[in-house]
Amino acid sequence: MTDTRRTSPGVADAPRHGAGDAPGPGGAPRTTTARVHASPGAARRRVRNAPYLFLLPAGLLFAVFFALPIGYAVWLSLHRIEVKGLGLGRGARQEVWAGLANYTAALTDSELARGALRILGYGAIVVPVMLGLALLFALLLDTERVRARSFSRLAIFLPYAVPGVVAAMLWGFLYLPDVSPFHYALDAVGLPRPDLLDGGPLFLALANIAVWGGTGFNMIVIYTSLRSIPAEVYEAAKLDGATPLQIALRIKIPMVAPSLVLTFFFSIIATLQVFSEPTTLRPLTNGIPTTWSPLMKVYNDAFVGGNVHAASATAVVLAVATFVLSFGLLRASNSGRKQGRTR
Amino acid sequence: MTDLTAPPTRKAAPAAGTTPGTSQGPPSVRPRPGRIAPLPTAALLLGALYCLLPVAWVLVASTKSGTELFSTFTFLPGSGLGDNLADLGAYREGVYWRWMANSAFYAGFGAVLSTAVSAVSGYALAVYRFRGREAVFNVLLTGVLMPPVILAIPQYLLVAKAGMADTYLSVLLPLVLSPYGVYLGRIYAAAAIPMELVEAGRMDGAGEWRIFLRIAVPMMSPGLVTIFLFQFVAIWNNFLLPYIMLGDDEKFPMTVGLYTLLAQGAATPALYTLVITGAMLAVVPLIALFLVIQRFWSLDLLSGAVKS
Repeated sequence: MTDTRRTSPGVADAPRHGAGDAPGPGGAPRTTTARVHASPGAARRRVRNAPYLFLLPAGLLFAVFFALPIGYAVWLSLHRIEVKGLGLGRGARQEVWAGLANYTAALTDSELARGALRILGYGAIVVPVMLGLALLFALLLDTERVRARSFSRLAIFLPYAVPGVVAAMLWGFLYLPDVSPFHYALDAVGLPRPDLLDGGPLFLALANIAVWGGTGFNMIVIYTSLRSIPAEVYEAAKLDGATPLQIALRIKIPMVAPSLVLTFFFSIIATLQVFSEPTTLRPLTNGIPTTWSPLMKVYNDAFVGGNVHAASATAVVLAVATFVLSFGLLRASNSGRKQGRTR
Repeated sequence: MTDLTAPPTRKAAPAAGTTPGTSQGPPSVRPRPGRIAPLPTAALLLGALYCLLPVAWVLVASTKSGTELFSTFTFLPGSGLGDNLADLGAYREGVYWRWMANSAFYAGFGAVLSTAVSAVSGYALAVYRFRGREAVFNVLLTGVLMPPVILAIPQYLLVAKAGMADTYLSVLLPLVLSPYGVYLGRIYAAAAIPMELVEAGRMDGAGEWRIFLRIAVPMMSPGLVTIFLFQFVAIWNNFLLPYIMLGDDEKFPMTVGLYTLLAQGAATPALYTLVITGAMLAVVPLIALFLVIQRFWSLDLLSGAVKS
């Protein structure tokens, strides 16, 4: 498994293996049947039990750190605290069944609705710009006669290794009028200096951080998929006189559709959960309330307001909305295009 | 240079000044290799510049003293790097270095555990046929889609009930199972391990566990390195979980520590230089790590690419 890219481009990259070329959630890797040859029952049983034993650690961790918390969150969301008497002493605070009251409260909460709208606006900037840039850079990397290819690839990927908190700090300081080179330049030519950390520009400022941090990883996913297209596919088009642009639009983009779907999926989920970047920028501005994103509101309700029941209901609503939105958009993109299926 | 159409024999001649035939004629004529495609190259370099800008800034800004930060031009180096480093090291008896060590511990140890779990699970899912295999795989994959938010609160409450809140384990354990890691593990195992070898091992009387350790793990190792790196970065960059789980700043990872420093800096801008120096020191090691490892490791592996 060496990097064959530099030494044997083109034909050598033809996918001889159906397994890894479809990094989609539905892309089940090839699996060879475990043929258990004739052997005493004990050995056969050992082979039969082995996969379950191998999966035991993952199963335990899944039960304790995924299934149990999710179940507990749902349970919490259906309960509330009832305070008896003065609320003093043992047993004065009891968890009682609340039905869907927490959910109605969450769904009618105007602050949550505002946060949801903010995040939709933010996502409407981040996802298209980030994936558009990722696709563009991947196609450019896959273009002939491009120089400084590996330098550009590494540089664009680099922000992936920068924590979101640190990325928000770096950009946050670059947005500060007294520090920023942009403001310096604007000042030099006598233009007014905009406040990037409030109002409408704040969305662009936050979106920029996400785009900066996320483009590289998505570019790598798409580029990997591009490189697995066998060169013969282009040959015919080239002989027919197709330009590189036509090849990119008509052949390459349709062929990498599965990886576009995958990156789209991950981007939506990450966007709806944005937390660290706006939280980090808060100390630098008054323009970001503690409930700017729904996730920040959940955190605030649970750990500042101390109402874990309401916060759990909000979290469940948020999770369901994430599923509905990501699968809904996936569906829409699939029905609009025959090619867009994950393999 | 990767020229997808050029036959392997035709070497790209590095014709520096000689650009034969600037007008290409009909597009069916294959463009001669060796010339630069100016627009794509420029666009990529622009993208690289955009991505390097904040990193370059933090390298410069960390050399500035508190007054230089707000008074001199952004990309003009200052004179305060030594003082900044000393101040940061002295801040609260060197708590910053403690945060870095904690981050290294969470990310390093967590990634090792995570890689082990991903390897053994991916191997089981790729090599064996058993009832419920696809169901197990799909259930694990939904974990990818599960927003950490729905997990974080109940995880904290459950961990608190178990008396483990504000401990190293409370940050370490929830991140050990990585759905994406298991997914990658399955792909690498399916691509790298020929069933004939597993069969041969069984014929020789080796147990299943021994076959996994002696045959499968070595063959999966490039993939395992990838899972390790992916998880290392994921845990190193994580903010939400330690932010929720931890109260004692002696146990903070670097992300949470820097955040608390910045939050205090809002009141006292003198702390800004500490934040900037801290951010610089947080970025540099990971960048160095990537520059070193990309010599023998391909980024493509990160998205599940398998080359044999």
